[in-house]
Amino acid sequence: MKSKITLAFKQCIKEKRPALITYTVAGDNTKKISLKILNSIAKHADILELGFPHNTPIADGGQIQTSSYRALKNGIRLKDVFHIVKKFKKSNPNKPLILMGYYNLIYQRGENNFLNSCKISGVDGLIVVDLPYPENKNFAKKCKKKSINFIQLLSPTTSKERIKKIIKDSHDMIYYISMLSTTGGKLKVSPKKIIQNYKKIKKINRKKNLVIGFGITNKTISSLKNSDGLVVGSQLCKVINDSIKKRQNPVTKLSKLVYNLKKQIL
Amino acid sequence: MKIKKGIPLIDQHDKNYLYGGKFGGNFIPETLKKPIDDLTKLFTKLRKDKKFLEERDYYFKNYVGAPTPFIKLENLTKYLGGAQIYAKVVSEANGGAHKIYNATVHCLIAKRAGKKYIVGDTGAGYAGKMLAMAAKKFGLKCKIFMGSRDIKRQRPNVEAMKKNDAEIIPVKTGSQTLVDAVSECMRYWVSNCNTTHMCVGSTVGPNIFIKICAFSTAQISRELIKQIKDEFGRIPNKLKLMNCVGGGSSAMGFWNEFMDTNAEFIGIEAGGPKNSKLHAAPLTNKSKIGILHGAAQYLVQDKEGQVGSIESCSAGLMYPGISPLHCFLKDTKRAKYTSATDEEAFKAYQLVSKLENISPSLEPSHAFAEAIKIAPKLKSSEVIVINSCGDSIKDKDIIKKKLGFYIR
Repeated sequence: MKSKITLAFKQCIKEKRPALITYTVAGDNTKKISLKILNSIAKHADILELGFPHNTPIADGGQIQTSSYRALKNGIRLKDVFHIVKKFKKSNPNKPLILMGYYNLIYQRGENNFLNSCKISGVDGLIVVDLPYPENKNFAKKCKKKSINFIQLLSPTTSKERIKKIIKDSHDMIYYISMLSTTGGKLKVSPKKIIQNYKKIKKINRKKNLVIGFGITNKTISSLKNSDGLVVGSQLCKVINDSIKKRQNPVTKLSKLVYNLKKQIL
Repeated sequence: MKIKKGIPLIDQHDKNYLYGGKFGGNFIPETLKKPIDDLTKLFTKLRKDKKFLEERDYYFKNYVGAPTPFIKLENLTKYLGGAQIYAKVVSEANGGAHKIYNATVHCLIAKRAGKKYIVGDTGAGYAGKMLAMAAKKFGLKCKIFMGSRDIKRQRPNVEAMKKNDAEIIPVKTGSQTLVDAVSECMRYWVSNCNTTHMCVGSTVGPNIFIKICAFSTAQISRELIKQIKDEFGRIPNKLKLMNCVGGGSSAMGFWNEFMDTNAEFIGIEAGGPKNSKLHAAPLTNKSKIGILHGAAQYLVQDKEGQVGSIESCSAGLMYPGISPLHCFLKDTKRAKYTSATDEEAFKAYQLVSKLENISPSLEPSHAFAEAIKIAPKLKSSEVIVINSCGDSIKDKDIIKKKLGFYIR
């Protein structure tokens, strides 16, 4: 059986456009609102990434840090994260959802326990920021056994040899980090250069769905269209932050932003 | 789990860089894989490079000021009436603390790597001050990440960093202390690893940084083992080496050359304010293993793995984790760990400063507190050596505020 992630990419290929992948933090700014946000942006986004927040996020920039701290301050726990996923999946059974976070939370819960909770709540994939290849081999295998996609990351510093090995061991989706940066950095490499690098990687195995993330906003997204998928995260977190400050409704604001993002890659 | 004899402790890891199969490793974002691999290769080469080692020794002697003094604390010994108490006065090193060893070696490596920029984290401000000094000496541009709270409470070292032309980046996230400074420094490196060398200020972080730091501070015990043999004609049968531990860099350096001897190692963690549950003592308080800053270690954390709040009067010991090397030493029972409270540290500072010509900062005062506790119960044939790895001058404001006076 094909995974929901694969099916989502297939649909986008049919529509001749990249997949739109969003990232928000579970529990930002409350459990209820983050679920509402997911339900609302799912109308426009093809795949949803949901962060399970950690209070020492070494690879995240300011926006996602702020969202994470806010969610934690509002009392989000892992069981709430899984609860949000379960509720979301109930009303959007075919929309792929990927959990993203840091390894310590998985380690404390126990890898098997964590994966069981993923399975029960309906998680389709996992991105673990600080569990690189080859250290992630065992865990990735465990994911596969449970039909959960383990999503490998590639970066501009990854050597060609290493890229080949990682792709060989990858599942349905691979995440290419556009530039040397934490999340939410300003795009300091030209989109042209990013697409050039992207194509080199894509050539190694055209069957793998390769998405680009880091530094993508409504200003840059259209210039990166020539790809299988594009991830927007920090801009979403920023809009949540701004709308809380201005006492606006983050759900409608976010829905609007994601609609706009989608429009630009059609 | 066992320590092998005759092999440097830093090399006793498996292919996943884990000590004892569970401490350390490289839990890092993909972007850092290559820079860390490159640095690992370079360091492996330099460790065997005679010229590099000569260069290191040259600067340790002529720039750091090796060897630092080894003195008997006659008055304290008399006052406590038990074991003979000695101090290795590492605070006499250039800049006033052991952090100069790691900073110097990192700058030498950065030069070899052809990097023009160097960044580092700091808590008490010593690691930052020394990196700023060394960077200036070796012609590197330097940025230091420091928690906003620590900037306020460690003024003298902040001034010293500025004097040495370092740019200080205040870290305003989380607790605004060392743990956040290390995180922010790593984030900066993720974004700038192609041009910039990173120095982690202690024996923490991804494996290579633990190695470089312990390799550098080992100078302390290379000197000490000679000084002890000169003083006693041999290594005394009952010798206790006491050292405070935050990240654990000075203790690793203090113990390294004694690893295969009978010397007893006692590490003292920050117990935090008396009667509070806040502490920075993951080894003493049986914290569970967790992952912080790229390494698995005993870690103050909650059930889910969020890093816990900690508190201590000494910024330098305020780290929720602890070097994987110390976790390894603890589980193999090679070293023992205990903690001292803020109050005990202040008392120890006061007693030592009053009786002796040295005045330890609040970090080593934690070690002195333990020595003061146990020395009276020991025989005069027993020897305690304490690593006095920092000077109280940097804590002048804190001490004045707490005690109402400052003596040195």
